[in-house]
Amino acid sequence: MYDSKTVRRRRVVLGLLVACSLILLTASFGGDGGAVGSVQRGFSEVLNPVQEGASRALKPIRDLFGWFGDTLSAKGKLADVTAERDRLRKEVLRYQDAQSENQLLRKQLNLNQSLGLDQYRPIGARVFAQSSTVWYATVKIDKGSSNGLRAGMPVIDEDGLVGTVSQTTSSAAVVTLITDHTSGVSARTTTGRVPGVVKPSSAGNPGSLLLALTGAGRIQPGDRVVTRGTIESRYPSLFPEGLPIGQVTAVEDPGSDTQEVRVRPFADLRRLEDVQVLTNVRGDGS
Amino acid sequence: MKALAARVVAFGVVIGIVQITFVSQFPIAGGTADLAPLAVMSIGLLCGGLVGASFGFGLGLFLDVSLLQTLGVTSLILVGVGWFAGRVRDSAADTEEALVPLLAGAAATVTMSVAYSIIQFLLDVSAPVSGVLLRQLLATLILNTLLALPVHAIARRWLSKSLPQEPKRRRRQPTSAALSPLQQGLRAQGTRRTSLS
Repeated sequence: MYDSKTVRRRRVVLGLLVACSLILLTASFGGDGGAVGSVQRGFSEVLNPVQEGASRALKPIRDLFGWFGDTLSAKGKLADVTAERDRLRKEVLRYQDAQSENQLLRKQLNLNQSLGLDQYRPIGARVFAQSSTVWYATVKIDKGSSNGLRAGMPVIDEDGLVGTVSQTTSSAAVVTLITDHTSGVSARTTTGRVPGVVKPSSAGNPGSLLLALTGAGRIQPGDRVVTRGTIESRYPSLFPEGLPIGQVTAVEDPGSDTQEVRVRPFADLRRLEDVQVLTNVRGDGS
Repeated sequence: MKALAARVVAFGVVIGIVQITFVSQFPIAGGTADLAPLAVMSIGLLCGGLVGASFGFGLGLFLDVSLLQTLGVTSLILVGVGWFAGRVRDSAADTEEALVPLLAGAAATVTMSVAYSIIQFLLDVSAPVSGVLLRQLLATLILNTLLALPVHAIARRWLSKSLPQEPKRRRRQPTSAALSPLQQGLRAQGTRRTSLS
């Protein structure tokens, strides 16, 4: 069908394309990619406004599809949510008592350690792109180093912890979600204050996390999991204390060495829209 | 040729942007569709292996650059997908048949998922793997199979004016060469009888 010259030319081009891919892969793998990484960030910088514009233009369609999905999902969740509400009502009564007692004690001890987020100088950002493969749980936000964002800063939404800033360009940043395989968050439960590390349960699973316990204690389904914060001042944590992460959904083989604590994140990591980046976690004014 | 190149590039940019700003953020049945292998498959089927592979390289690079991922991974896989689609075009009797893009789209998605997983493991990604991952990959495969025909139709419509007109494949005419002398004689006799009556 083709003469030998054409076939040879096609094979040479294919070989060149494969070689280019392998060279790029080798050059950009690991670390920040050096010179190739800088070029990549430069191109990304150019593409950011286009992607952001497209994301805004497509938002109504996304919302429309999302509305159908949410309606179906809400129907399925109704029974669970009703049971949860009843349980929470009882809890609220208990907490109100505890809160008034707590306020009294705080006054007595002259402590003023509110967990208000304002002290961490939150910066609002919008998610405009998301990784299309299950192997990377990352999103891109429309604020970057020019807004004071740096790698390592925690990112939250209205429901809880979302992840950390992993890379920045001047106008955008990549956020690595808590379900990414590279993520690990020092955490504790609110009821028994049982410490552990929150890790992803498996690749491509945005609805489930694992709490690997680092201390003894009793955990039950329904317990809430929050960030543990800095324990040792020499090794400050990336996350302030008390940021909500999720809720324990199941404890498999409780008390044994193979115990697995499954946690459902509060934040809907598949549908992130608006997030906040905490830019001053250590309170040092930097 | 320049018009074709421009249209192919525009198609790639639109597919890339729609993928990361819309399709990736829209989960269905636990998975998301991946337009990249479908687009590369369509270009390979319509324009041949060389253009398909080049398009795959470009689209892969665009996605990796946009998401600040390890460069070259997506390109490497999509080069293979584009080349494979071109080979399908060369060997299939009729690429216009609906089944060809459908099956090629499914095969491209499976290739993309499996190859991506293998490369991630080779790059020492220590992600734990569970049934959820397989379910997601299966959901992506089903969604992509459903989208293969629409994506191919859009690609064909977009490129139709710029595609070089291929000479239609000639269907082999039945000849008498394969008949034995006895059969040829019988046929000739039959023709004579018909003309006499």
